[in-house]
Amino acid sequence: MAYPKSYRYTKEHEWIEVKGDLATIGITDHAQHELGDVVFVELPKPGAKIEAGKSFGTVESVKAVSEIYAPASGEVIEANGELQNKPETINNDPHGAAWLIRVRLTNAKGISDLMDAAAYEAYIAEKGKETSA
Amino acid sequence: MESSTTPQISALRKTPLNALHRRLGAKMVNFGGWDMPVEYPPSGGLITEHKAVRGSVGVFDVSHMGDIRIRSGKRPGGALEAVQHITMNDASKLAIGQAQYSAILYPDGTFVDDVIVHRLGEDDFLLVINAGTREKDINWVRENTKGFDRVVEELSDAYTQLAIQGPRAAEVVQKLTDVDLSGIKNYWFTHGTVCGLKNTLIARTGYTGEDGFEIYVPSDVATSERTWNQVIEAGRGFGIVPCGLGARNTLRLESKMALYGHEISDKINVWEAGLDRYCKMEKGDFIGRPALERAKAAGLTRTLVGIEMIDRGIARDEYCCCNEAGERIGVVTSGSPSPTLGKNIALAYVPPAYSALGMILYVEIRGQKYKARVVATPFYKRQKKAAAPQAR
Repeated sequence: MAYPKSYRYTKEHEWIEVKGDLATIGITDHAQHELGDVVFVELPKPGAKIEAGKSFGTVESVKAVSEIYAPASGEVIEANGELQNKPETINNDPHGAAWLIRVRLTNAKGISDLMDAAAYEAYIAEKGKETSA
Repeated sequence: MESSTTPQISALRKTPLNALHRRLGAKMVNFGGWDMPVEYPPSGGLITEHKAVRGSVGVFDVSHMGDIRIRSGKRPGGALEAVQHITMNDASKLAIGQAQYSAILYPDGTFVDDVIVHRLGEDDFLLVINAGTREKDINWVRENTKGFDRVVEELSDAYTQLAIQGPRAAEVVQKLTDVDLSGIKNYWFTHGTVCGLKNTLIARTGYTGEDGFEIYVPSDVATSERTWNQVIEAGRGFGIVPCGLGARNTLRLESKMALYGHEISDKINVWEAGLDRYCKMEKGDFIGRPALERAKAAGLTRTLVGIEMIDRGIARDEYCCCNEAGERIGVVTSGSPSPTLGKNIALAYVPPAYSALGMILYVEIRGQKYKARVVATPFYKRQKKAAAPQAR
């Protein structure tokens, strides 16, 4: 699956798409592949504050619980309610329909330091080499 | 039967099918020191595998399981005496060709391991043991049967063990053998030609709660891969899929089968684990029996229950159980979403006062209390076609 060029990526496998002071956040195709069948998602409610680098929710597969870390700081304006009933959307369309939250950024600093698509693809390719070694 | 204890071993052990699993695109994990497939994403992944076994058929590589053969020495009867001494079920009740679920106990009535005891002959037994406890088990068996006229042999690496499981498993295996499988009842076995391999052990056993077979073939890579591929080929019309340890775990959990290091361990005794019906106190003395007598007289302080989440949350291994007041009263030993039931289920140790069906408990998940209720187990029970007597 292609990694959208307009997104930025974290080492913990979240993506963020910024438009002005609004941002959409999700987990990457690599992350959903590592997790396997996603069965449960826990997300913050609108109004909640998230802080860059801190966990703001969890995604669970049958086997594992995975924390989701905020790529930037801000206030949640919307959580993707569709995922409650259809968590498998995260496996099927992680970069699109399975966005997790939309936030109003309080501080856009640091976002430009995140990886772009090419850097992220190189990063996960490198990780793949490590684990198969 | 499956162990998840992870010994400190730097080099992971591999089954003869390791390269094949990697070619199939399996996601591999360290399981008790073994490099094992947890699921096969290219053929659908864990939930697909689970449903294939419940609905049709799946195949597992369980070659990491260990095998210990105990035979009599010069005098007939030595092997049976040794097996009776180190296991809790009554092996004297086994006919040749029959198997039973049992366990090896410490003197305090807790578990060295759980095992399946097969009676190969009057004076010949095969114990199938867990992967993560292999060395411990073989040392324990050797040490504690010294006083008996027996020969102990470890055969763990001699076999590739495949488990073909599901309601269509018999039809798949039947295509590969001239043995009439309808003549093998649940927890019985025979020897016959499978995939052209003579004298292959074919057992109607498994760890999924479904009908199924486990076959033991020579462990060289070529034979192992050829057999695996023939099973897949024979199962093609039934939608067979390769299954990993992930599905093996959810299948056994739904069926409330114990996992070493979780429901049973060196800190949990037979009564607490609820395995009473496999423990034959009346058969005579065996290791662990005196302590179990005392434990029975003293009464239970905790017992294994099945719970189902009411609130939206998944109970996981080692999460705490609380009462209404928030006091910690117990611990989850295995917890997972149940693909068959579409609910989040778990097994947990709680005081007997909290074990009644319908009792409301709470599971602590990331600092929050989530409501759950005690339910009847097994969570899932297959519909049996005909009453098949089991070795108890």
